[in-house]
Amino acid sequence: MAVEALGSTSRTTKVAFWNDPTVRGWVFQIVIVGLVGGLAYYLVSNTVENLARQKIASGFHYLGREAGFEIGDSMIAYSPASTYARAMFVGLLNTIKVAGIGIVLATILGTLLGVGRLSPNWLLSKICEYYVETFRNVPLLLWLFLIYKMISEAFPGPRQAINVLNSFFLSNRGLYFPVPLAHPIHEWMGVGLIVAIVATWFMARWAKKRQEATGQPFHTIYAGLALMIGIPALVWIAGGAPTGTSWPELKGFNFVGGTVIQPEFTALLVGLVLYTSAFVAEIVRSGILALNKGQSEAAAALGLSRGQTMRLVLLPQAMRLIIPPMTSQYLNITKNSSLAIAIGYPDLVASVNVTINQTGQAIENVLIIMAAYLTVSLSISAFMNFYNKRIALMER
Amino acid sequence: MGKYSLAGAIGVAAILASGSAMAGKDLDAIKARGALICGIGSGTAGFMLQDSQGKWTGLDVDVCRAVAAAIFGDAEKVKYVPLTSQQRFTAVQSGEVDILSNNTTATLQRDTALGLDFTAVTYYDGQGFLVNKKLGVKSAKELNGATVCVAPGTTTELNLADYFRANKMTFKPVVIEKVEEVRAAFFSGRCDVYTNDSSSLYSTRAANVPPPATADDFIILPEIISKEPLAPAVRHGDNQFADIVRWSQYAMLEAEEYGIDSKNVDEMQKSDNPSIKRILGVTPGMGKALGVDEKWVYNIIKQVGNYGESFERNVGKNTPLKIERGLNALWSKGGLQYAEPIR
Repeated sequence: MAVEALGSTSRTTKVAFWNDPTVRGWVFQIVIVGLVGGLAYYLVSNTVENLARQKIASGFHYLGREAGFEIGDSMIAYSPASTYARAMFVGLLNTIKVAGIGIVLATILGTLLGVGRLSPNWLLSKICEYYVETFRNVPLLLWLFLIYKMISEAFPGPRQAINVLNSFFLSNRGLYFPVPLAHPIHEWMGVGLIVAIVATWFMARWAKKRQEATGQPFHTIYAGLALMIGIPALVWIAGGAPTGTSWPELKGFNFVGGTVIQPEFTALLVGLVLYTSAFVAEIVRSGILALNKGQSEAAAALGLSRGQTMRLVLLPQAMRLIIPPMTSQYLNITKNSSLAIAIGYPDLVASVNVTINQTGQAIENVLIIMAAYLTVSLSISAFMNFYNKRIALMER
Repeated sequence: MGKYSLAGAIGVAAILASGSAMAGKDLDAIKARGALICGIGSGTAGFMLQDSQGKWTGLDVDVCRAVAAAIFGDAEKVKYVPLTSQQRFTAVQSGEVDILSNNTTATLQRDTALGLDFTAVTYYDGQGFLVNKKLGVKSAKELNGATVCVAPGTTTELNLADYFRANKMTFKPVVIEKVEEVRAAFFSGRCDVYTNDSSSLYSTRAANVPPPATADDFIILPEIISKEPLAPAVRHGDNQFADIVRWSQYAMLEAEEYGIDSKNVDEMQKSDNPSIKRILGVTPGMGKALGVDEKWVYNIIKQVGNYGESFERNVGKNTPLKIERGLNALWSKGGLQYAEPIR
């Protein structure tokens, strides 16, 4: 933009073209792009040549071959007979699962801690302060090791599992609990949930308009929750209320049936959430402290309680300051989840590592990991930028 | 856009830089450097382990020492580089190490697609299962539904899945990158079974069982589910260096076969047996053909010992590992260790 602005002034004063800032700007940019492109071409072609000279096969053909290895935790159907591509997809889904849940929990916990640290209650604010300092000043990897060791050492083996109501079994193999047997009605319940979410969204818009017009508040949250629970429940009853359940039971070495939250997942999730929430807390605190003191004084003068002041006046404004640094923390969670390999959670890196070992295609596989993380991270960034724009202060 | 392609370029630059180190004969480079660079693992008792003085010992270490003795006449002229299983092949390919002696299984894919050459087999191994005696399991066929701790970065995962599939059994793997952490997970009860090459299982049972449990609380199941011929690997391309490595290994076996060991090697030089004379360089010719000093075998045996000595010293019956010679006995004693003759 600066180039254009300068260029427009230079046209009036007639200078030699090599002194024209517009031309210069273009020339410099072309030279730089050319240099970077040339360097990239040189490095890539040299690498390919070196690989060929060392008789190392290259290419992505191996992705369609049978993977041959088992994965301990998979959200989709997978067996050793599946392809390498599917094994990597299983890993990617596991990465997204732990990062997604981690982001939500870290945001909630971090916000509570950040607000808590500003509390006039001395004990509460000190606890929050010590929490933040403890967790953010020790490397995440150590927290992961500690949490994983605590889980695997502290809980008994499956045969001595802690039994709650004969349905929840807690052992060093994880937490087993019953789940409903797969039934076609579940898909329709999912559709019902989506309908409820859409309805809630429209209801929120209507409620906002009505409040702006009449000043009458509407409990959107309760009504929305009622819809989201009620509609799927109605669908379930309409479908004959199937109650078939898969119960976990001890069989041989381990529990069979039900479903399980494995210790590796728990350790990784807890580690990521505890560590990241310390950073989130500081971001939230800084966002609130950056607001003019008059905001809270004005809110108090209007007779709002401390909770209302925080929820209705301070946090919405602080959001604008909080979102951009928060994006970095979300990206950190995603990238830090690759530490999973250290405690045995089968994430993307784990799948790709085995693939590298079995196929020896290190460069291709590293490129795949990079592309996958880049895609996930850019998606998070894109969403956060979109959200940031939406909540940006509308100046009138 | 520019930022990303630059990041990619930097990543590739590492490969490029290492690729250029390929130029020239490996052997010349080793001689010019005055030391052999030997890639080993981070620590498996009996095979490669650093003692309190920082000195590496073990069956795999002895291979590197023997090669150094053949090239330089001095078994101590070795620099050791500990590698993880993921790093190891790249380290050889790129020239970061001259030789990889890291309990690596020789396979077709590694020999071809990875641009490596395997020399002779140091140790005939196979993947096995370590379990707690309390589990009451006597055979790997009883492991249906078990949770299995696996150290990654080998053919281990593949063999494991193949074995369970072939026997129509299921299992849950727990794969942790560092072998120390996998062992810890196994001993804490996270898994029912720990699988690895049986050499490594012996090593784990001997050196890593956390008290109060003892080595006797654990058994290695009789089933060996894979063939794992462990062999040193060198870069594809310098056949002379590969020859020296292979024949240094054969020399240790030949010496054992002819009864030459580190204690009697001086006397053996006076032997009338023409084979022994050839092996020890009393009758010259072998060293010249290989491109090393005529005293090469003498140096190896004097400084490192023959294969049997190395085996007994590092992993044999009188060590904590208590491994029988088994498949690794000489061919003349019912094993598979059969060296091509030095003549």
